[in-house]
Amino acid sequence: MIRLPMILFFSAFLFSCGVYGVLARRNAVMVLMSIELMLNAVNVNLVGFGAALHDITGQVFALFIVAVAAAEVGIGLAIVILLFRSRGSINVDEVNLLKW
Amino acid sequence: MVASAVEVTEAATGIIRYTWLIAFLPVVSAALILFFGRRTPSKGSVYGIAALAAGFVMSLLVLLHFVQGGGPHEATAQWFQIGPLHLELGQYVDGLTAVMLIVVTGVSLCVHVYSLGYMHGDVRFTWFYFVLSMFTAAMLNVVIAGNLFQLLIGWEVMGVCSYLLIGHWYEEKVNSSAAIKAFITTRVGDIPFMFGIFALIFATGLTTTNIGHVGEIVADPGTSKVLVSAAALLLFGGTIGKSAQFPLHVWLPDAMAGPTPVSALIHAATMVAAGVYLVGRLYIVFIHADVQVLQFIGVIGAITMLGAAILALIQDDIKRVLAYSTLSQLAYMVALMSAGEAGRNAAFFHLFTHAFFKALLFLGAGSVIHAVHSNNMSDMGGLKKHMPTTFWTFLLGSLALAGIPPLAGFWSKDELLVVAKDGHPLLFAIMLTSALLTAFYTIRMVMLTFAGKYRGHGHPHESPVTMTGPLVALAAATAGVGFLGAPQLKAVFFDWVYFEEPEAIHFVASVAFTGTLVALVGAAAGYMLYREHKERDPLRAMGPLWNVLENRYYIDAFYMKGIIYPVRDKLSAAVYWTNQNILDGMVNGGAALARGLSHVVMAFDRYVIDGIVNGAGTIAGATGGLLKHLQSGNVQRYAAFLFAGVIALVIVFTRIA
Repeated sequence: MIRLPMILFFSAFLFSCGVYGVLARRNAVMVLMSIELMLNAVNVNLVGFGAALHDITGQVFALFIVAVAAAEVGIGLAIVILLFRSRGSINVDEVNLLKW
Repeated sequence: MVASAVEVTEAATGIIRYTWLIAFLPVVSAALILFFGRRTPSKGSVYGIAALAAGFVMSLLVLLHFVQGGGPHEATAQWFQIGPLHLELGQYVDGLTAVMLIVVTGVSLCVHVYSLGYMHGDVRFTWFYFVLSMFTAAMLNVVIAGNLFQLLIGWEVMGVCSYLLIGHWYEEKVNSSAAIKAFITTRVGDIPFMFGIFALIFATGLTTTNIGHVGEIVADPGTSKVLVSAAALLLFGGTIGKSAQFPLHVWLPDAMAGPTPVSALIHAATMVAAGVYLVGRLYIVFIHADVQVLQFIGVIGAITMLGAAILALIQDDIKRVLAYSTLSQLAYMVALMSAGEAGRNAAFFHLFTHAFFKALLFLGAGSVIHAVHSNNMSDMGGLKKHMPTTFWTFLLGSLALAGIPPLAGFWSKDELLVVAKDGHPLLFAIMLTSALLTAFYTIRMVMLTFAGKYRGHGHPHESPVTMTGPLVALAAATAGVGFLGAPQLKAVFFDWVYFEEPEAIHFVASVAFTGTLVALVGAAAGYMLYREHKERDPLRAMGPLWNVLENRYYIDAFYMKGIIYPVRDKLSAAVYWTNQNILDGMVNGGAALARGLSHVVMAFDRYVIDGIVNGAGTIAGATGGLLKHLQSGNVQRYAAFLFAGVIALVIVFTRIA
């Protein structure tokens, strides 16, 4: 049986990778994928705590998050496609018209 | 006549309760003329005529009430109240009122009909009828007024209407000047009149303005005699102005600038008689005043009587002859007011008859002027065969004025002489002299106008029936009304018009004979002198006196040089200077002060208030300029801030915990 701290460490690592990806990658698709990483890190946390505390709520919540993440990434990819069509690029650095 | 002496029949029946309608009808017709007159085929005249015809019939019914021995009627309605003083509107109808109603509505009706012809095609025809109706309403209001203020209102409206009508043809400077002269001169009398009313109300202890109650209080021995005398004297000022007595007589001859029907109605029969009516109406005040007030009235009357009669001798303008004759005849009435109750009643009888024959004479003169287009008798002559109706009616009016029996003027003048004979012998002598002169100038006027050969231009023609009709009607009245006061026929007039008690009227054969003789002598002298027309007036033989008369005793010149010029040139210049330098200085100083203050306020506003507002704006702008760089548009930078925030919060919370 894997102990809870191991799970939490793993989750933290995964989350940090996600954060890094969101902040550092310039490709919009990669940013979206990094967001998925962060969400899944949270899922791992929930499932881990659920198992440790013998509570089913954590797993149910994780399932919800998977569904919502799917919807979110659908919208995100649609935005990326539209972005590409209008700008010819999906580089998030170049999408900075909305500023002072 | 006042309420004190007679029992006021509250439960009066029939038409007398609606007497006020007689005065109200012309108001209605005036409104109709003003609003609809121009658009109707008659141009408004029919409204005025209809209202007055109805009013005349009602007046006859009111008189019938008194013929049948009815008593006076008083009715009032509260208007408003100031402290203890109730101001009321109402009617006070007695025999005197009824007689005056007949005079006013009758003459006004004749004048309304006559004006159809005389004013035909006039530029302001509708306006003329409007003012005529307004005037009639105001005069009737004066006649029925049961209240001093109501009387004053009618009195003033009459003055305005008189002004408007004298200046009817205001395109000519002479006419508008005459209108202004008439208005201002009568105002000089109206101001004492107003103060007289105030004095009377003051004498009642500020409790009432009703003529009846005022009479009762004045008759009370407890009332201050000085106050009553002052009131009487001041009220008589109004009479001097309106009835054109010396020294305010100067306006009436000039008022002849107005259309002739107006002269007949306002400046002969009604408005000028209002002054006499006033004295008679408030006679109880004059009776209870100091005896010197009545003497003063007598002196004023005597001066005007003789002075005006002499002036009438030399006039060439036919209307001016009649104007001076009116002055003289009014002065008869005024003078006899000084001779006690019998004099008052006789004066009213003369007012009654005079209204008819003088209106007749004026309308006759108007008919002549209409035909020859000139006021001057030197342009007339020989009109007898061209205008027979006018001639015969005019002659009848002239004989009445001269006092030839059995016409109206004889009877009334006879009553006056009978009363005066028992009074002051000097007054009697002056009256006889004036009667002599009256007969003389009347016949002179008739001879110059109708006898001899026509001296004017064009072809004179008889006037239309709308003008001759009223002449005939008035001529009939002139012939008839005298008998109402004839002692042989029981003198019914004096059963209607009396003061406190009906008085027996005596016929003194010697007085009647003297009066008739004097009139005949005057008439004969006039006939002899003017039988043949002479280029040079025979009266020029008077020499220097003629010049004095031609300049109207220099009274007008004196007023001009002694009063009007000093006031206009010196006083008004001084007032102008004061106005320019002192009053304007104060106003300008105030304005400069306000400007200075406003500069201070402006500086405060601009630098302090605006400074605060602008400072806030500038600070907000500067901070915004600094902070705006955070909004870079780069999503990843926002995300970095987000995570930095989260980390900061985590650190903070863990520290707190």
